[in-house]
Amino acid sequence: MKLEMRDAPGQLVAALRPISEVGGNIIAVIHQRDEKATKGDTLSVQIVLELPDQRLSDLVRLIREQGVNIQRIGHERLLYEKTVIVIGHLIHTDLGDTVDRIDRTGFAEVTGLNICMPAITQVSSARLVVKAVNRQDMEQAMDILRGVSKEKNFLLVEPLEEIE
Amino acid sequence: MKVAILGMGSVGKGLMQVISERDLGLVVTAVADSRSAIMDRDGISIDEVLEAKRLRGYCGDTSLSAMDVVTKGTYDVLVEVTPTNALTGEPGLSHILAALDRGRHVVTSNKGPIAREYERLRRCAAEKGVLLRYEATVGGAIPIIHTLEQGLAGNRVLAIFGVLNGTCNYILCRMAAEGLSYEQALLEAREMGYAEADPTYDVKGIDPAIKLVILANTFWKKPVQLEDVEVTGIDMLTNDALRLAEEQDCTIRLIAEAIPDRGILRVAPRLLPLSHPLVVDGTLNAITIETDMAGEITLIGKGAGSVETASAIIGDLLYIRDFHEGRHKKTP
Repeated sequence: MKLEMRDAPGQLVAALRPISEVGGNIIAVIHQRDEKATKGDTLSVQIVLELPDQRLSDLVRLIREQGVNIQRIGHERLLYEKTVIVIGHLIHTDLGDTVDRIDRTGFAEVTGLNICMPAITQVSSARLVVKAVNRQDMEQAMDILRGVSKEKNFLLVEPLEEIE
Repeated sequence: MKVAILGMGSVGKGLMQVISERDLGLVVTAVADSRSAIMDRDGISIDEVLEAKRLRGYCGDTSLSAMDVVTKGTYDVLVEVTPTNALTGEPGLSHILAALDRGRHVVTSNKGPIAREYERLRRCAAEKGVLLRYEATVGGAIPIIHTLEQGLAGNRVLAIFGVLNGTCNYILCRMAAEGLSYEQALLEAREMGYAEADPTYDVKGIDPAIKLVILANTFWKKPVQLEDVEVTGIDMLTNDALRLAEEQDCTIRLIAEAIPDRGILRVAPRLLPLSHPLVVDGTLNAITIETDMAGEITLIGKGAGSVETASAIIGDLLYIRDFHEGRHKKTP
């Protein structure tokens, strides 16, 4: 995300503190001095960070409370991951289509695929890694995969249900 | 306390052996198999009945039936261990209903009647002020029903996950360990005597689904039926799938799941980390209970066997003796 703040001592620390408060992890801080001239006494900073699921809105509120202006929030990257195993006639039922049904949602994608094909008449087995931005999106992606599995007669092996 | 035993299969015989060997304060006053019955209000000789069964294939008087024992026998508790019929629950269901109706306690290992007609049986027992206990129907020797009803009393059960079929667990273990195909592992399970000649009931997940129904009826407020369970068996699994799982430090096991809040009632192969407590070896059973106060509890034990099943039945019998018929009972 890109932040705009007053160019005064303590401001950067004030802007970064909320990140640790919501359990985030700062990956990079990019200080853009060259933009200072055009903005007078303000300073722009870009931060790359990792956040726990569902904490972005809290972070935005906390940073704003510090009097820091958020200019832009970049892409949320896919952080929620699930591995499943799929067994069936994966190739003859258009593997590309199976993967694409997840990928074209825009909120989830297949980021890993290992496939074993023993013989042409036998069923194949594959391990699929699916990533999504959050839990709800992951559940939706799994629903799509369950639908595809039903339609193409696959056995879908999922991890155990999670209990909070 | 006087006990009548219906059924002289491996469970019935195992139970009689244990009762005759140990001084548990239990007197067997009647025994019946599918062809005959024997009754004596002062107690029958277990050794003689076992010997008769061994020599001629039936235990007593062929003019008497199991139902005669139920309706005319002298007993405090009926032990119903006849073969299970998952579809109708019979003949166990009629035996249990008739005994409850006579105001007798019932202990059973018979899954059919409990899975089919739990609500009706429970109500009937409550009306007559007697107990119906069925520890031996789920998880063999594991005291899961006692744990749910007594040990975890007052807890809200959030979820139950179980490995409830030893045959399936054995097959999956062998496929993972030796790279056997499903067919090879099944054949081996048969040779070892772990799988029936017709393994459909196990490998299609029907047996664990029936046990899940019994567990769900025990802790879930709403009565459930076998038809409410989403069932997937293990017969489509490949050794490739198990290998792909192991590459990620995971494995595949047939898991029965009940999660009331999400309406989930399911038996299906699931992916589990190798370090998960439900990843048990061979024919073992394992059950994890998630509750609001106690947190997570996992019980692991032998899921089958005549003495193991007898252990569960004895536990139920002594519970009835101690808390209902015995020292806690007010003398009139």
